[in-house]
Amino acid sequence: MSADSTALGADRTSGLAGRFANWNVAIIAVTVVVLIVAAATVQNFGTSQNFGFLVLDLLPIALVALPMTLVIVTGEIDLSVASALGLSSAVMGYLWNSNQPIETIIPLCLLLGAVLGAVNGFFVTVLGLPSLAVTIGTLALYRGLAFVVLGDSAVADFPALYTDWVTGSIGGTSIPNVLIIIVALAAVFGVTLHATPIGRAVFAVGASEQAARFAGVRPGRLKFWLYVVSGLVAGLAGVLWTLRYSSARADNGAGLELAVVAAVLLGGVSIFGGKGALPGVIAGVLLLASLQNALRLSDVSNEALNVVTGVLLIVSVLAPNLANAVRGSLQRRRHRTDSTPRPERRH
Amino acid sequence: MPTQTPVLCVREVSKSFGAVAAVREVSFDLYGGEAHALVGENGAGKSTIVKMLAGVHRPDDGTIELDGTPVELTTPADAKAAGIAVIYQEPALFPDLTVAENIAMGHQPLGRFNTIDRAAMTRRAEQLFARLGVSIEPNRPARGLSIADQQLVEIAKALSADARVVVMDEPTAALTGVEVERLFAVARSLRDDGAALVFISHRFEEITALCERVTIMRDGRHVSTDLVAEVTVDEMVRRMVGRELGALFPKQDVTPGVVVLSVEGLSRDPVFADISFEVRAGEIVALAGLVGSGRSEVVQSIFGVDPRDGGSVKVSGRTLKPGSPRAAMAAGVALVPEDRRQQGLVMDLSIERNVTLPRSRALSRLGFLTGGSERRSAREWTARLRTKYGRLGDEVGTLSGGNQQKVVLAKWLSMAPKLLIVDEPTRGIDVGTKAEVHRLMSSLAAEGVAVLMVSSELPEVLGMADRVLVMREGRLVAELDRAKATEESVMFAAMGQEVSV
Amino acid sequence: MTAVGLPGVTARRSSLDLVLRARELGIVLALALLVAVTAISNPRFLSGQSIRDILLGTAILAVLAVGQAVVVITRNIDLSVGSVLGLSAFTVGTLLRDNPGLPVVFALLIGATVGAICGSVNGVLVRYGNVPALVVTLGTLYVVRGITYFWAGGQQINADELPAGFLEFGNATLLGIPYLVLIALLVLVVTGIVLRNYRVGRELYAMGSSPQAAKLAGIAVGRRAIGAFLVSGALAGLAGVLFAARFGTIDAAAGTGYELNVVAAVVVGGVAVFGGSGTVWGAALGALLLTTIGSALAVLEINQFWQQAIVGGLILLAIGADRLVAARVAARLKKRGSHVS
Repeated sequence: MSADSTALGADRTSGLAGRFANWNVAIIAVTVVVLIVAAATVQNFGTSQNFGFLVLDLLPIALVALPMTLVIVTGEIDLSVASALGLSSAVMGYLWNSNQPIETIIPLCLLLGAVLGAVNGFFVTVLGLPSLAVTIGTLALYRGLAFVVLGDSAVADFPALYTDWVTGSIGGTSIPNVLIIIVALAAVFGVTLHATPIGRAVFAVGASEQAARFAGVRPGRLKFWLYVVSGLVAGLAGVLWTLRYSSARADNGAGLELAVVAAVLLGGVSIFGGKGALPGVIAGVLLLASLQNALRLSDVSNEALNVVTGVLLIVSVLAPNLANAVRGSLQRRRHRTDSTPRPERRH
Repeated sequence: MPTQTPVLCVREVSKSFGAVAAVREVSFDLYGGEAHALVGENGAGKSTIVKMLAGVHRPDDGTIELDGTPVELTTPADAKAAGIAVIYQEPALFPDLTVAENIAMGHQPLGRFNTIDRAAMTRRAEQLFARLGVSIEPNRPARGLSIADQQLVEIAKALSADARVVVMDEPTAALTGVEVERLFAVARSLRDDGAALVFISHRFEEITALCERVTIMRDGRHVSTDLVAEVTVDEMVRRMVGRELGALFPKQDVTPGVVVLSVEGLSRDPVFADISFEVRAGEIVALAGLVGSGRSEVVQSIFGVDPRDGGSVKVSGRTLKPGSPRAAMAAGVALVPEDRRQQGLVMDLSIERNVTLPRSRALSRLGFLTGGSERRSAREWTARLRTKYGRLGDEVGTLSGGNQQKVVLAKWLSMAPKLLIVDEPTRGIDVGTKAEVHRLMSSLAAEGVAVLMVSSELPEVLGMADRVLVMREGRLVAELDRAKATEESVMFAAMGQEVSV
Repeated sequence: MTAVGLPGVTARRSSLDLVLRARELGIVLALALLVAVTAISNPRFLSGQSIRDILLGTAILAVLAVGQAVVVITRNIDLSVGSVLGLSAFTVGTLLRDNPGLPVVFALLIGATVGAICGSVNGVLVRYGNVPALVVTLGTLYVVRGITYFWAGGQQINADELPAGFLEFGNATLLGIPYLVLIALLVLVVTGIVLRNYRVGRELYAMGSSPQAAKLAGIAVGRRAIGAFLVSGALAGLAGVLFAARFGTIDAAAGTGYELNVVAAVVVGGVAVFGGSGTVWGAALGALLLTTIGSALAVLEINQFWQQAIVGGLILLAIGADRLVAARVAARLKKRGSHVS
């Protein structure tokens, strides 16, 4: 009985365990291959300077993908994250323009993010509306409010102390400072999902909300707080985005929800909820970001890059289903050949 | 007046799902104008037969013949075209469409330019309802119809498609006594018009009331087909179960202790009202009544997964916060729910996670779970209940019904409950496990646990319970102690005077 | 208690209908109020030119909304419509620039074909990939837009490069009604009739109302779903041609973000997000309301940037209100269950 063989962080079970472990291994392998190929063929990809850029590029995707993983595992979705990021950035610019100290602005933006998440949570858990429709609504609403706040102007000249820290690296190394934030938050979310009672509840709710309720889990409350956290992290991502480019704009991060959802699904999280693992998601983010980075270095335009992201998104949800279908038909065939020659064994 | 040659013949059909053989070489005939009962325990293969007739599953082996010619029922559309209509326990209507449209879907009467003739469609529905002697408004949406009315709409659908074979899969499970009577009246008139009826039910009184012949299945095999008049209920049960129902219910005598559960004036509009009773330590109290009388809703309201409108629930003297399973669990209440697949277990999660889910907080150290404590606990409790499984990491859905139920029990017993509520504890599990579950409940009571049991199986109720509470249409109508509780007295209370079976 | 033929039945039925109709009535009232307030504050709002602008804008949005409604009724969603519009507009623009003699009808057909191809890709992925429509069309939203950018490579097609006949088509009227509006009306009426009066249409409602029941009823669920996406795509393609004719200037960004307006028009118009109910008439009304709000903002000299926020707010308001209405209707229907008479 190898019950102890449950892989680290893999909240799933033998039959599925194999399949999902495969998916994680495959994603990590593909990521490594992409990194190697890119380093070998794309000029400047392997440089330490580019590593810094790569980390800065994947920063917002990685941060927002962490709470998104939990939200999707519970069987919901949050499409409003990019707009919450934009609104946070716009408000940051507005407040900075009104000469507020940056030390007040940053906590306010984080709070704003949490409030935006709470609005989603309210509609989804209190009114019981489908999260897809709600967050499409708030996607438009939050982005719209961002434009109301800042129009199409941009605010710059944020304090160098902060912008330099975001774009800078640790000591004399080429490890970017923001990597600390990514690693710290990834650890927090990874541990929460895979090694706390909250994580157990997240998986249970995603797999069967009713059965979870019968086991004493409060799905509404859980989802509400996940949306709050999702908003909070989007607010933080808005602050970091603004500091990185030293430019607060209403359209900051527009369309980022695609990359985030793509990365999470690419990481093996089931869009139907109940299944997924954070290490896979990290690999998904890295794969997506390095592909984009490599293509950008090869002078592919930003808009054309979206083709790659879109295709990856579709492939990531299509692949497991196709694999299942193929496996299913193989099994059927095997079963048929198994059973037909031995009718005499039936009693 | 059954016809001379069979309308439909099922010949040696077999069907497997993966490694599990659901139906093995089953044959039986159906004649026009007869009502034919198909009985067997859960898992005997009845539903698989139904799904093959409905064109949902295709037999691996064997044939289905209509009027002597083999037919291939590959899709539900094929079955429909062949004149086979299936009425499921949960009717499959379109809630947003009108009743008339539900009936006519796929063969709507057409007018000019092939447009749907709505007036004709409504008239058709009205005619069908008139023929069935029921009054449902054809132009209302199907949403909001009671289950009984939905079934009548399904029957109207079958009539409208000129179905010659009507399969009814446990249609009465969720109906009240009056509704069952009405359904039977409709079914009889259908039969008298020459249709062949396949009727699946767990209630023998219904089978004897409606059917001429009965086919009994066990473990996916055909056991016998007889005239209902020629086989006793005891004999049917014996064939279904495959052995005598002897010492299945070993309740030990225990002197009741202190009051553990005290329910006063519990109400939830419109499901149940004014429910008051007590359960003492060491007692097993059964909550009996027909399906749909509100028993499960009462226990779910006590546990807090369902809300309540009024009344109070006290456990060991402390009032429970309404609508909070957590408060109930903290007070020592455990609920083994009715629907194992939807409520009792998270089917996609592992055995281990299911067993420890309600206790994940208690098993954590400083708020963290590394897996070790959960695994130890799950291993201990599944072993105590002698659960058979491959690995603790296996999906709980891969287990048999009996072992799944043991996982549910392990999950709740590991919390050392003061009050154990079990809702249909032995539904759909094999006889051996059934006996184990009964023994377990008995020994728990002996240890001083208060047990509240909802059950539709009268022998189980009578064998296990110290006291029997009977519900009818949302009210507590009788309380019978062990000496007074008999099949007759319980059924009489459950059905009220107006129905005589 | 209700019995067929009882005198109370018809009265109760019509009151229930009223609850269901309240939805479209609500939009009409909101629209009337909006027009009244705006016109009082600035009579210019009711000038011929202003009304014409609103109608032309509505025409394009309504064509998209009709297609979207067909998809949403089947319990799916098509987020790619804005991008499909862009691709179609750019394709047709390029073709007309290079072949000025191309008749307008061909342009319309080509646009619709480009859209239909995109739509059937969506449909096939949803049907055979077993993937939620949301994810598929979110993906194709970016893929199709990316392809357009790739192709356009930053170039823009200007009005002076397009044949005069085509531009005239965008402005010309028949009996005082612009061609674009006529086309939108035609699309609306045909789709409306098919959805209401043909078996195919009812099957779309049926599969949205209960996919399982639809399968058991023998409806070809997969084929219908592909068909719905194909219609939505084709109409988005058609809308692309209308867009090109109306604005004359086309770049790769044409129609960016339209999907939000379209989804808003559909849900505001009373099409349930979970399928099975709603009409294309409602969706078209929703499109009219949204376009009118946009114009009113300009006339009232309110910051144009409010437009998008209002779209979002309306989506939330509409689905929230629907939930409340649905709860009340359900309660009413439960009380009307039939019993033995």
